[in-house]
Amino acid sequence: MSTSYVTEKGPFVSLLTGLPGGGKAFMGILLAAAVFIVVGNQIIPEDNFFHVPTYMVSLLGKYLCYALLALSVDLIWGFCGILSLGHGAFFALGGYVMGMYLMRQIGDRGVYGNPELPDFMVFLNWQELPWYWFGFESFAFTGLMIMLVPGLLAFIFGWFAFRSRVTGVYFSIITQAMTYALLLAFFRNDMGFGGNNGLTDFKEIIGFDLRSDGTRLGLFVGSVIALAVGYLVSSFITQSKFGRILIAIRDAESRTRFTGYRVEYYKLTVFVISAVLAGIAGSLYVPQVGIINPSEFSPANSIEVVIWVAIGGRGTLWGAVLGAILVNWGKSYFTGALPEAWLYMLGGLFVFSTLALPKGIVGTFPIFYDTIRRKLGRRADDLSNVKEGDA
Amino acid sequence: MYFLRTALIFGLLFVFAEAGQLVHAETLQDLTQALSVKNYTKKAAVVEKLAATGEVQANTILSALMDGALFTRKSDGKIVLGTKIKKNYLLVDPVDGTELGEVQKSALKKVRINNKVRIAIRAGIGRLELTSADPEKRISAAAAIFKSEAPAMLPVLRALVKSEKNADVKPALIRSVAALELLYGDNHDVQMFAVADLKAAGGPEVKALLNKVLINLQLNEPAQNSELAAAIRSAIAAIETQLETYGLIENLFQGVSLASVLLLAAIGLAVTFGVMGVINMAHGEMVMIGAYTTYIIQETCRIYAPGFLDFSLIVAIPLAFVVAGTFGILLERSVIRFLYGRPLETLLATWGISLILQQLVRTIFGPTNKEVSTPEWLSGAWEITAGLSFTYNRIAIILFALVVLFFLMMVLKKTLFGLQMRAVTQNRMMAGSMGIRSARVDAMTFGLGSGVAGMAGVALSQIDNVSPNLGQAYIIDSFMVVVFGGVGNLWGTLVGAGSLGIANKFLEPYSGAVLAKIFVLVAIILFIQKRPRGLFALKGRSVEG
Repeated sequence: MSTSYVTEKGPFVSLLTGLPGGGKAFMGILLAAAVFIVVGNQIIPEDNFFHVPTYMVSLLGKYLCYALLALSVDLIWGFCGILSLGHGAFFALGGYVMGMYLMRQIGDRGVYGNPELPDFMVFLNWQELPWYWFGFESFAFTGLMIMLVPGLLAFIFGWFAFRSRVTGVYFSIITQAMTYALLLAFFRNDMGFGGNNGLTDFKEIIGFDLRSDGTRLGLFVGSVIALAVGYLVSSFITQSKFGRILIAIRDAESRTRFTGYRVEYYKLTVFVISAVLAGIAGSLYVPQVGIINPSEFSPANSIEVVIWVAIGGRGTLWGAVLGAILVNWGKSYFTGALPEAWLYMLGGLFVFSTLALPKGIVGTFPIFYDTIRRKLGRRADDLSNVKEGDA
Repeated sequence: MYFLRTALIFGLLFVFAEAGQLVHAETLQDLTQALSVKNYTKKAAVVEKLAATGEVQANTILSALMDGALFTRKSDGKIVLGTKIKKNYLLVDPVDGTELGEVQKSALKKVRINNKVRIAIRAGIGRLELTSADPEKRISAAAAIFKSEAPAMLPVLRALVKSEKNADVKPALIRSVAALELLYGDNHDVQMFAVADLKAAGGPEVKALLNKVLINLQLNEPAQNSELAAAIRSAIAAIETQLETYGLIENLFQGVSLASVLLLAAIGLAVTFGVMGVINMAHGEMVMIGAYTTYIIQETCRIYAPGFLDFSLIVAIPLAFVVAGTFGILLERSVIRFLYGRPLETLLATWGISLILQQLVRTIFGPTNKEVSTPEWLSGAWEITAGLSFTYNRIAIILFALVVLFFLMMVLKKTLFGLQMRAVTQNRMMAGSMGIRSARVDAMTFGLGSGVAGMAGVALSQIDNVSPNLGQAYIIDSFMVVVFGGVGNLWGTLVGAGSLGIANKFLEPYSGAVLAKIFVLVAIILFIQKRPRGLFALKGRSVEG
């Protein structure tokens, strides 16, 4: 890399330098890895070193859902400066919508064998399905609701919050209050969402058995596609004129307002889009882990998402994806190997990333690159280009 | 001469004492022996006679009879008190307490009792305690008679009402007399007076009794006692109104109590947030550290100074302040000062620190709850009237919260440090250019806020479990208080905590605890829309930061 000029950069140099093309390269690598995983799971025989077992496929699928959630947080935090500490709520709502569909698919195969009512309702002695459970036997309706429910909540919440100019830590705190209120609400049996046990014991999705390897692989592929589409949508938004205004709002909200932009509408739009992405992530997450319960609403979860973004690099989109995958891989590894140490490490990550890596991993690359180039005596003629990469 | 006289007096005393004891001992001995009678009705009569002696030993005998510790020795038929020691029973004479050796179980026969005898025993013990020297015991004995509704006690009680001088005991006695008179009296006027007395006494128990009597009246002789029935009905109505008022007061107290807890937890947060614009997510952990400091001091006291245990809480207050405050200053110096001007990053970093502190405490003390005992002088309740009582520890926490608020106000208003703090809150740049070392003020403020959180931990250790999650339970509520009240103004925190606490407790009876909390959260989210900077917003140039 020391021999090439930045101006002649190909996508993979951009990956290392954090320039705008880097995201495409990273997503390319991710897609290639996904193809490899599909091949490794289906075609390569089990005794081969490169075989990917199905449990690994589901685990990776889970990471991809987290990555999409992180992407949605980066979209608002990294590009518009809205720090939501309640984004887990939209994720969980998407998950609950999917969970309702999956519950309805169980039919009379539940423990009580009631064709109409899910087990927990029979257990609670309910006679008929509550009105808000109607329609969830249809997958198309569910698909609509996955986007509509989180989107609508985000719209109502954002409408009030942005219009009255609730910003900064105040916004963070009330989003946290929102997810906390939902957590308490979903713990109640009367809500009709299974109380603290949540929704579980799923059998099949659009006719496919959830426990079969093929369905799991299908869900993994679905997660890859969702992440790819989410990434494309987000990068399109951030590179459009709309995205430029978002960045302006992030950097100087009052000035943008005085320039004549209706700041609250921009914020609201991106907040709703972000919530929908989070909802989709949640809906793909639930069939892969097989359960959704109120703990997904806990404020701690939402804050953890923010740290994935911070570690990866806020305002870079693919940094969020990288951060989510890295931190969750670390979590899976360390909670198994050193369960005591994980919380220290997570806490340490919060402190370390804010103190030492304010731009995250991805954001730190160009600084490294620049230092190395300077040391090697190369011309730093295109610093302006590098700067653009940080944005 | 002197020696002789003293000896004489002592000798005489001894003889008299001995003689007095002998007289009673004989009758007591006989009565105790009479307990071996088979017939339960007769046995109950013996129990009543035993109680009538008014002797201290009679109480022991009756209690033993109740607990099944009284036996007949098969060899001579003597009634003895047996305590099980391994497989054998240690026998003691129930009257004079002389040891009678150990025997096997087969040598004994238990003195049996049935419900009738049990009722007689309870009434008997109650009667014995009525003459006890301890006023508390007399009150509880009167209450026991009220519950047992034993008609035999009426003459005793009437006599005692006349002789009783203690103003706390007398109403309890009158209440019991009235209850018995109403239940068993045949004189209309006496019953009417009894109803009036009961009405004055009030309380849920009286209401239940009156309801019972009313039903009986209506079943038996509705025509004759219409006047009495009307009196009872009006008494019930009066008591109900009174109970409703009590319920309201109780609710208010609960609300104020919750508010004081919220105030304690949030006030330190308000200080740090006000001055630095930083939400300290590790604030809850400072509360936790305070609670654990209390625990450590208590355990140290238990080992080195057990007599001092009751006052370990007092020592814990300043120490918790110092320990948590030191943690706060360390936190500020090592992390937060590098993040000025980046409030959102500070929020994340402090969250990380809160995770580390929680895990640290879990590693050191284990994940289970630690028990901090309530000292003698804080246990119990202040009973204002029947059906209305406030526990001392709650009252203490309310007072403590107010003292802390006052102390903090004084620091802010009357000290140089407070002046500097207010200056930095209002305009950091200007304060800096006036020569205030704002970095130092920040560190001290953080220490102060954390120290106050530590003191809150001492208070919370009295009403909540001391566990690594203690802080987490309060952190969101504390945020709500600060956000609702507005920053930079402690009155805002007070009003915020007060309204949240009281609103929560008033909603609870109608909607349940969880829904009440949800309502309050939603209400605050909506409130923030109206006043994004809280109830007592700081005005001026620093606002749009």
